[in-house]
Amino acid sequence: MTSMHQGDIVIIGASETTQIGVRPDTSVLGLHAEAARNALADAGLTARDIDGVATAGPLTLEVSHHLGIQPRWLDGTLVGGCSFLLHVRHAAAAIAAGAADVVLVTHGESGRSRIGSPPRSPDPASAAGQFEHVYGAQAPYSTFTVPAMAFLHQRGLTREHLAHVVVAQRTWAANNSRAFRRTPITIEEVLDGPPIAYPFTRDMCCVVTDGGGALVLTSAERARDMPGGDRAVFLLGSGESAEGPLVSQMADLGSSLAFRNSSREAFRTAGVVHSDVDHLMAYDAFAHLPLYMLEDLGFVGRGESGDFVADGNTAKGGRLPMNTTGGGLSYTHTGMYGMFAIQEAVRQLRGDAVEQLPAVEISFVQGVGLYFAAAGSLVLSNRRG
Amino acid sequence: MTGPSPTPVPDTLPYWDGAGVEELRIQLCLPCRTHYFYPRPFCPRCGSAEVQWTTVSGRAHLVSYIINYRPLPPFDPTTPIVIALVQLAEGPRMMTTIVDVDPTPESLRLDMPLEVRFLQRAAFTLPVFTPLPETR
Repeated sequence: MTSMHQGDIVIIGASETTQIGVRPDTSVLGLHAEAARNALADAGLTARDIDGVATAGPLTLEVSHHLGIQPRWLDGTLVGGCSFLLHVRHAAAAIAAGAADVVLVTHGESGRSRIGSPPRSPDPASAAGQFEHVYGAQAPYSTFTVPAMAFLHQRGLTREHLAHVVVAQRTWAANNSRAFRRTPITIEEVLDGPPIAYPFTRDMCCVVTDGGGALVLTSAERARDMPGGDRAVFLLGSGESAEGPLVSQMADLGSSLAFRNSSREAFRTAGVVHSDVDHLMAYDAFAHLPLYMLEDLGFVGRGESGDFVADGNTAKGGRLPMNTTGGGLSYTHTGMYGMFAIQEAVRQLRGDAVEQLPAVEISFVQGVGLYFAAAGSLVLSNRRG
Repeated sequence: MTGPSPTPVPDTLPYWDGAGVEELRIQLCLPCRTHYFYPRPFCPRCGSAEVQWTTVSGRAHLVSYIINYRPLPPFDPTTPIVIALVQLAEGPRMMTTIVDVDPTPESLRLDMPLEVRFLQRAAFTLPVFTPLPETR
């Protein structure tokens, strides 16, 4: 019997759009299509081979129809930037259950150029609309950031620790021609940069870009007979969780219940422990998030995340290479960044990364969505387990 | 201070009506003896519908904040605003803004005691907080 975990389900195709960054030439739907066709080509398949489609943003049926796919399985789970991690998890369950054979997961967003993007329309009757938006806690930089001072205060950490996250990740982006911010930067330059929302300066906030990415998933058994079978990336485990839509109502401002729950389930289902993990993608819309994740995922103890990054453990040559493209802070961030975190994990496991790590076998991908509302986690490997 | 207005719904109307008469009204779960926020007709902790609206003290302390240098319209984009999380003396945490204070880190000490004020915005009155006089 096929399981959704333990390597029975694989990523058989993966690609980003041909260019990312500034794409005024392409609409949101166009970015989905470009990424999907690239991922299908990577897998050696065509749209005719796909019977399941998952996406977030446009309706799933808009994407499937645009590509000429007649799906027998659809997933439109929308939990912000980690939606695609949940799609991978849901697709794995569907394939294991026989509800789909080959699933396409797509992302495309015109975050910078806003070509073919739906208008942003906050709801003043929602709980967030009534109790947070009215105070200006609405944009990502003025909402997602608000608990950070409590996090730092509880642990005796400082703004310098936020700056260290930026500096470490910039070193990964420097040689990557697809990265949006590549110029090496110092702690002082980060701290003295244009203020956005104290304690956050510009470089502690993600870039805003256009682009897309897509994945093709199937069973390990089917993949053996497919053109890209020898490059398959195995899903060992996964998890998903949600806390709630209001930043103000997090149970603990210094820790995410959703990060803790989704990562715990991913470790459990994968049957791996922290020391097995060679590579970490920790969704970084803002510089505090990798610090939360390092602690909430259990890679370090409470209060240890700041010095762990400052001491170089997540940078080149460190023992836990993290966000090896430069992440959302330096590489790209279209709005729902999670797809790009998965793409880099796949590249590392296939040996295709710009900053390729030696001997990487297990990558952990941690996503977050709708500020601190939702989370998804994947454990991926180039070995079946 | 300019800014967007809320659209109350039946479950939250007593909160906004209270603000309109300069009272901060928060619900209390009778079995738990615990206040909770945001408004809903049952306790999110135990599920009981035995809850009642109470007017709370308006005392709070600062637990986190940002200073937003780039407010979006309808806020005045040229005036930095403090977006804060405060914990009420009765327990619940709220998003709010801190008024009558310099929008500088030096003026915003975490754990500082605060007191509710009420700000008129269009047809609504908005609970906001200010440092207690002795700590200003």
